[in-house]
Amino acid sequence: MARYDRAITVFSPDGHLFQVEYALEAVRKGNAAVGVRGTDTVVLGVEKKSTVKLQDSRLSGADNLLLLSCRSVRKIVNLDCHIALACAGLKADARVLINRARVECQSHRLTVEDPVTVEYITRYIAGLQQKYTQSGGVRPFGLSTLIAGFDPYTGVPALYQTDPSGTFSAWKANATGRNSNSMREYLEKNYKETSGQETVKLAIRALLEVVESGGKNIEVAVMTKEHGLQQLEEAEIDAIVAEIEAEKTAAEAAKKAPPKET
Amino acid sequence: MKLDTSGLESTAPLFGANTVLFDGFKDVPSFDVPKTNDFDGFQKEAIQMVKPAKGTTTLAFIFKEGVIVAADSRASMGGYISSQSVKKIIEINPYMLGTMAGGAADCQFWHRNLGIKCRLHELANKRRISVTGASKLLANILYSYRGMGLSVGTMIAGWDETGPGLYYVDSEGGRLKGTRFSVGSGSPYAYGVLDSGYRYDMSVQEAAELARRSIYHATFRDGASGGVASVYYVGPSGWKKLSGDDVGELHYNYYPVLPSTVEQEMTES
Repeated sequence: MARYDRAITVFSPDGHLFQVEYALEAVRKGNAAVGVRGTDTVVLGVEKKSTVKLQDSRLSGADNLLLLSCRSVRKIVNLDCHIALACAGLKADARVLINRARVECQSHRLTVEDPVTVEYITRYIAGLQQKYTQSGGVRPFGLSTLIAGFDPYTGVPALYQTDPSGTFSAWKANATGRNSNSMREYLEKNYKETSGQETVKLAIRALLEVVESGGKNIEVAVMTKEHGLQQLEEAEIDAIVAEIEAEKTAAEAAKKAPPKET
Repeated sequence: MKLDTSGLESTAPLFGANTVLFDGFKDVPSFDVPKTNDFDGFQKEAIQMVKPAKGTTTLAFIFKEGVIVAADSRASMGGYISSQSVKKIIEINPYMLGTMAGGAADCQFWHRNLGIKCRLHELANKRRISVTGASKLLANILYSYRGMGLSVGTMIAGWDETGPGLYYVDSEGGRLKGTRFSVGSGSPYAYGVLDSGYRYDMSVQEAAELARRSIYHATFRDGASGGVASVYYVGPSGWKKLSGDDVGELHYNYYPVLPSTVEQEMTES
């Protein structure tokens, strides 16, 4: 096995590309990220590791210079006005991929005078990730992305996921990164068509399965057709988390109550 | 200036890993330009030598029901009429038409190439390309060959998700969106009739008749236009050829011969 993981262009005898699988491992160690698609909203949420004390979160990695809140956006970024991306895995690789995707979005607008569709830019990113699994001297990108957005003409919301091997598919809801299996199980059990605030709550509930509760540990961004990408403030997230906890305790109390009445 | 040969490849790549902003520009060897004192003058001369005069009349306009596209069918080489039956309206795909003015070979080749690119776009993106996008693809290609002697003055007309679309694209790299265009040596005459008779809310028949009349009048006065006046209509379900009338016969429709009264009859005695 050791002989087949040096150069990624080499298949192993049993048909594995080990570098790609190791890249998937890197993704599994990255921060948790979740995406949920509603009827009129798409929500992206990521786990935020509690900030290191001396780090100035206001300035580091600011992708959105217009964001005036005290937390800079690092993990959920805009690719164009109507498309957003969240990822899990190597953040440095993410920067490169995001820059290329942003250039492609503008290049598409220039050559075809149309904004990209979510499917087009996902296909581009996935194609880029695949290219790096079939070239000499390079390693695959160590990240999986969740791409959310609206079709510029039909206004239909869409959510896609790509991974280091270069495959992509559309999802109603998905999770990636650390503990993504538990999040996915939760979503499979509890997913239903939602809209607006309900979609946001579903995404946060899924994240809370694996992340410590609290606004300072999760970052949530809501994508709507009218307003584009909106980051939720810490205070807003705390409020929603409080609502969710209240609903949970109410549900548990309802479960316990009936036996007492008999 | 790098040549854009993406149009000549059999399978145009859908995307590349290049970080350059423009689509389709590749590292292709281009030819060396000779050294002269007056390079601009040399370029102008070269263009004038290669560029055949755009002897034709084509027109297209948008109206309430869609787009009307019309053209004559004469090909001339200087003073010699080489053909009276040239197809100047090129069917790019079932919902888009292109008109031919300038070099016939250039127009035909690049329109067919555009048809290929449009089909590839459909297959890759599972939706039809817009008229905006198609005209932009053609304009980008023509721009990359700017100064090399292509002679194309075309209108791209079609119907897409946003409704009827009409663009004028030429070999200088220009691209204009508009509602009324006429291209070719007969265009001044066609514009005169078209502009004075145009209304947005005409029926398909009225619009076709206006187009036919404009082409006829252009062929009447312009020596390089003639043959058959073809009229096409582009609607929500694609294009349809409405008519193809010989302009010689059309003349007598508009100006029928009136029997004149004879003042003195010569009788045979």
